[in-house]
Amino acid sequence: MAAIKFAVNGKQQTVDVAPQMPLLWVLRDTLGLTGTKFGCGMQLCGACTVHIDGVATRSCGAQISAVAGKSVTTIEGLSADQSHPVQRAWIEVDVPQCGYCQSGQIMSAAALLAKNKAPTDAEIDTAMRGNICRCGTYQAIREAIHKAGGAL
Amino acid sequence: MSTNQKLGRRSFLQVGAAAAGGLLIGFYIPDKSALLAQGPRGGGAAALYPNAFIHIGTDDIVTITIHKPENGQGTETSIAMLLAEDLECDWKKVRTEFAPINPTFYGGAMQGTFGSQAVRTSWSPMRRTGAAARDMLIQAAATKWGVDASMCRAENSVVVNTSTNERLSFGSLADAAAKLPVPANPALKEPSQFRLLGKPMKRRDTAAKSSGQAVYAMDVKVPGMLYAVVQRSPVVGGKVASFDATKAKAVTGVKEVVQIPEGIAVVAENTYAATEGRKALDVKWNEGANATLTSANIREKLIALASKPGAIAKTVGRPELILSAQYRPVEADYEAPYLAHAPMEPYSCVADVRADSAELWVGTQIPGLANSDAVRVAGLTADKVKLHTLYMGGGFGSRGGGAFITEAVGISKAIGAPVKLLYTREDDLAHGRFRPTSYVRMAAALDFEGLPVVFTSNIACSSFAGMQNGVDREGVAGVADTLYSIPNVLVHYHEPGIDIPTNFWRSVGHSQNTFFMEGFIDEVAAAGGKDPVELRRKLLSGPGAARLLGVLNLAAEKSGWGKPLPSGRFRGVAVVNCFGSFNAQVAEVSVTAGKLKVHRVVSAVDCGMVVNPAGIVQQQQSAIVYGLSAALRGAITFDKGRVEQTNFHQYEPLRINEMPVVEVHIMPSTEASGGMGEVGTPAIAPAVANAIFAATGKRIRRLPFSSTPLV
Repeated sequence: MAAIKFAVNGKQQTVDVAPQMPLLWVLRDTLGLTGTKFGCGMQLCGACTVHIDGVATRSCGAQISAVAGKSVTTIEGLSADQSHPVQRAWIEVDVPQCGYCQSGQIMSAAALLAKNKAPTDAEIDTAMRGNICRCGTYQAIREAIHKAGGAL
Repeated sequence: MSTNQKLGRRSFLQVGAAAAGGLLIGFYIPDKSALLAQGPRGGGAAALYPNAFIHIGTDDIVTITIHKPENGQGTETSIAMLLAEDLECDWKKVRTEFAPINPTFYGGAMQGTFGSQAVRTSWSPMRRTGAAARDMLIQAAATKWGVDASMCRAENSVVVNTSTNERLSFGSLADAAAKLPVPANPALKEPSQFRLLGKPMKRRDTAAKSSGQAVYAMDVKVPGMLYAVVQRSPVVGGKVASFDATKAKAVTGVKEVVQIPEGIAVVAENTYAATEGRKALDVKWNEGANATLTSANIREKLIALASKPGAIAKTVGRPELILSAQYRPVEADYEAPYLAHAPMEPYSCVADVRADSAELWVGTQIPGLANSDAVRVAGLTADKVKLHTLYMGGGFGSRGGGAFITEAVGISKAIGAPVKLLYTREDDLAHGRFRPTSYVRMAAALDFEGLPVVFTSNIACSSFAGMQNGVDREGVAGVADTLYSIPNVLVHYHEPGIDIPTNFWRSVGHSQNTFFMEGFIDEVAAAGGKDPVELRRKLLSGPGAARLLGVLNLAAEKSGWGKPLPSGRFRGVAVVNCFGSFNAQVAEVSVTAGKLKVHRVVSAVDCGMVVNPAGIVQQQQSAIVYGLSAALRGAITFDKGRVEQTNFHQYEPLRINEMPVVEVHIMPSTEASGGMGEVGTPAIAPAVANAIFAATGKRIRRLPFSSTPLV
């Protein structure tokens, strides 16, 4: 155990946990930020996607010791009131079904659009193919990303 | 006389005054539950609370109880729409909450959502309940104004006096309305008057699900809660022989290691410590009879069975004519593998079992079953167990009752503390209950016009749902009850007696049988020199098949069937009827250097009266992706009794870069509502397989497609 300091959603946090503990479980179990989801534990499904220093990252594969000193943004920190353009587009298109993968989808989409405001379908495929949705909301996700890109 | 008729309309709907004021309306779901015959328990209006379906508060807020849990299929919206339509309330004033467990009011022992039944069973009772509440509010207003009720109408959460134009809000009328008798036969609106039903409505859960605020069982935290994972037998059906927990207990954060019937539970301060502790466990297993089981063994067994007569599932006319020399034979064997459900949220349940009571937080399709499982394992009476129904991160048939509930309750009981049980993805794939594997031998005899006069099918498939006269109805669903008009039919069924747990999987028996049937019919068309759509039209020309023919024609028209395609593109078609709905799909594919791409799917659906067309489009896209994921590469296989697939790299669902454009066309209909959760899944595999045949001349007779090279 060791005290590790990092920022989550703009707020400094100090956690005293095993250094190998994945960021995912620090967020969910230690800090109570359960918007970030567990889906596979092997960086295969993207449900746990957060931003570390602005880069979309699978939090299940990020050991907390490697996050020390960095800045993490989770779905809870994207906006306080669902006002982020990606969230607004998600709501307008009515993307979610079961909803479980959507935090990860939104975080991946937000990272894409931060770099590229008008992604092509191929660019969306590349950025989003790491995020699995078992309900099959892909068509709606594509539409919402185009919509959000236009609003940025 | 049915139970419902005996109960009569007056006892069907009941009214009560809420403790905090306002109007409550409750009723009994007209299903076949044995509990229904017992009628209301306790009696009296007060006993209804909190079993109401509508509560209208003095603050004007209408709270609608959703008794069909939400696993993404949209019940939180569709059930509310059904109630709000005849109530004439302002949709913006509607709130929803999931139903508590009740042995009578919400569907009895099987309170839940399954079998694509949520809307089908709710249409009439929900609308009648809404209409009754509306009439009571109107009567309360009429009494206040001293006019006849016929002089008043309800709109947008107010009652209007049509002669004076005075208005009273529902909230201001709720207390007075609660004192009135429930109308015996409230008038329902005509479809032409609908404001909500049949109109595309936004989902009620979207904002919560776009901000990380929707709560799944995985997200629940209660005071003093610990985190648990279970080590289960690697061989399906194996049991613990002995275990040594010394090393596991030495892992930082591990609090307890306890044996439960399903395996060894490691309980810790957080999920990471629990999974690390589990890695350090030393368990010896009695592997049992499955220790040598392999998928190859199972396949051999199924092939042997499908090669000999079994239980007769259907016989019509003179199927022995299949041997007649005057007809041209067509024969083919088809097969499908075991499948896992793999919902995005791995199974999770929070249980707090105390000496005299228990509480559960769980996302489950069938809270009624989950609750009775919990009551049994907790060793308490039903009135001492409280279950909170949460959102499900997908279900697809897997979240009925099940081990994740009994395990959580068992662990909490053993350690005397609240616990969150989590399945890892590896646990999910290795220890689920599976869509069974199936092998079928099909044959047809064609007359000189190329039409099938005899059809036979010999199916070997583990039972999904229980046997009747040697036949599992789901094992033969879509084959024995085909709507194709063929004069001589014989369908055999074999239960192979394989000791691997099976379960309903989105569209159940249709999930593989439609692939078999629609692939084979395409072979019949090719053998008879017929266009695939043309042959199906001919075989669906009878009076019982009009709705299936209707969607076939709609899909053919919208897809441009028969018209030229861009170079390298090919079409395939398939149809299915199940769960009271009808679906035809035309898939457009290309195969380049052995690589398949599905470009476009045109789907025509007839589900009778539509509640939310936006929801239907979602469910079609969803069901098609679910079916296509399985068709492309979905297979659970066994070696030495162990599941070989461990995570999404070996059981990989469709990804966004593989998503075809899905176009959904809804057939206008005034027929009773059919189910929409499952009907879209079966046809995609055969539609794509038939398109692959058009592209390459190769018949895909085995699922998944990845088992057949396309070069």
